[in-house]
Amino acid sequence: MPELGPFLLEARGVRKAFGTNEVLKGVDLLVAPRELVFLIGPSGSGKSTLLRCCNRLEEPTGGTIRIGGTDLLSPRTDINRMRRQVGMVFQSFNLYPHLTALGNVTLALRKVMKRSRAEADEIGMDNLRRVGLAEKAASYPGELSGGQQQRVAIARALALEPKIILMDEPTSALDPELVGSVLAVVRDLRDAGMTMVIASHEMRFAREAADRVLFLDGGVVVEEGPAEAIFTAPREERTRRFLHQVRH
Amino acid sequence: MDVFLSEFFNVDIMVKVAPLIFKGFLQTLLLCVILVPIGLCGGLGAMLLATSRSRFVRWPAVAAIDFFRSFPPLVLLIFIYSGLPFAGIRLSPLAAICIAFLLNAASYYGEIYRAGVESVPRGQVEAGRSTGLGAAQTFLYITLPQAVRNVLPELLSNTVELIKLTTLASVISAPELLHSADLARSLTYNTSPLIMAAALYLIMLWPLVRIIRRLEHKLAG
Repeated sequence: MPELGPFLLEARGVRKAFGTNEVLKGVDLLVAPRELVFLIGPSGSGKSTLLRCCNRLEEPTGGTIRIGGTDLLSPRTDINRMRRQVGMVFQSFNLYPHLTALGNVTLALRKVMKRSRAEADEIGMDNLRRVGLAEKAASYPGELSGGQQQRVAIARALALEPKIILMDEPTSALDPELVGSVLAVVRDLRDAGMTMVIASHEMRFAREAADRVLFLDGGVVVEEGPAEAIFTAPREERTRRFLHQVRH
Repeated sequence: MDVFLSEFFNVDIMVKVAPLIFKGFLQTLLLCVILVPIGLCGGLGAMLLATSRSRFVRWPAVAAIDFFRSFPPLVLLIFIYSGLPFAGIRLSPLAAICIAFLLNAASYYGEIYRAGVESVPRGQVEAGRSTGLGAAQTFLYITLPQAVRNVLPELLSNTVELIKLTTLASVISAPELLHSADLARSLTYNTSPLIMAAALYLIMLWPLVRIIRRLEHKLAG
């Protein structure tokens, strides 16, 4: 795990306030290529907001964010171009219900990357195969289980060959028996060297798969370090209390 | 009974006026083919203006929509056709009808589209934008198809209303179905032509009404 740059994602001093409510109070998030970083913390700690700032679904009120060296927040940056390089996976999947699984995966390929339908379909099928759902290509989201929908959503993000994928609680909306299939895909992506930041409550998976863990609480990073260190020997009292709570 | 039949279902008269009624029917179809797209497109425009981020666009648009929704369409049509000439603006019947229906129908369709767009969850837009689609692309490929599907029964109901409103064109002597039928009635002193017109309206609209009912059932279930 490389400790010093060049970082793929370099967020420094990120602040975000909704009105007078400051949700992020100066957070640093540095992610090296091929790294899998987990964000943990109680709900309302700012994990989701931090991820959403990293592709400007939320506009940070302070700080800097660079992706692959490009200043994400500069008004001269083409935000649509940057977003192609930052895959996003949502808690509630957000698949387009009026399109098939394949249609979901290929929409941006065709309309953003300007691929022909045949090319886009080929790339789309490759990515559905990658998440184990090639045979569901013609199914609509409403016909798929939650786990399958989330895997299609991952394929949709993968299809654009992003430099990094952000996942916002990707398994929180799933029935327990469906969580494993999604985590298996995440594990495959990690083994293939995909850079990822995942906000999640899956502590066991974090411990096993993450390179690094950040514990957020109240809009600040309370503690960060290698997964093993955070889970076995947390330095901060708040981290200890949180880990104790989620285990029981 | 004989009086009833000869007054309302007089076959001889029906055959005699059939060509005139048929011409009116074609004119009504033509009006529908022109006015429904005008209303649907105008409504889309009205919705986009009324949901604009700039309040200098939004407020006048919302005010106009409210105004034309509360303004009786018959008064609007007569004003445009017979009132505007006093201001030096003389329009053909068809042009007057198109303008009146654009203002009236776009306001109603616009409100329906707006409800449809509001029914699409915010996450859909976020998913689209997160893959690099622009705001306009996201609207066109993600929001609009879902919005239309969610309010399809309302859009079709409004289309039925719009088709019925084409009868208003008869008051400015546009040669549509009601006008032809009423002309035939006054020429023959018989109500049978009006019965023919009513039957033709039913044939046009009843299938639509059935489709709406099925759609509502499907969307609810």
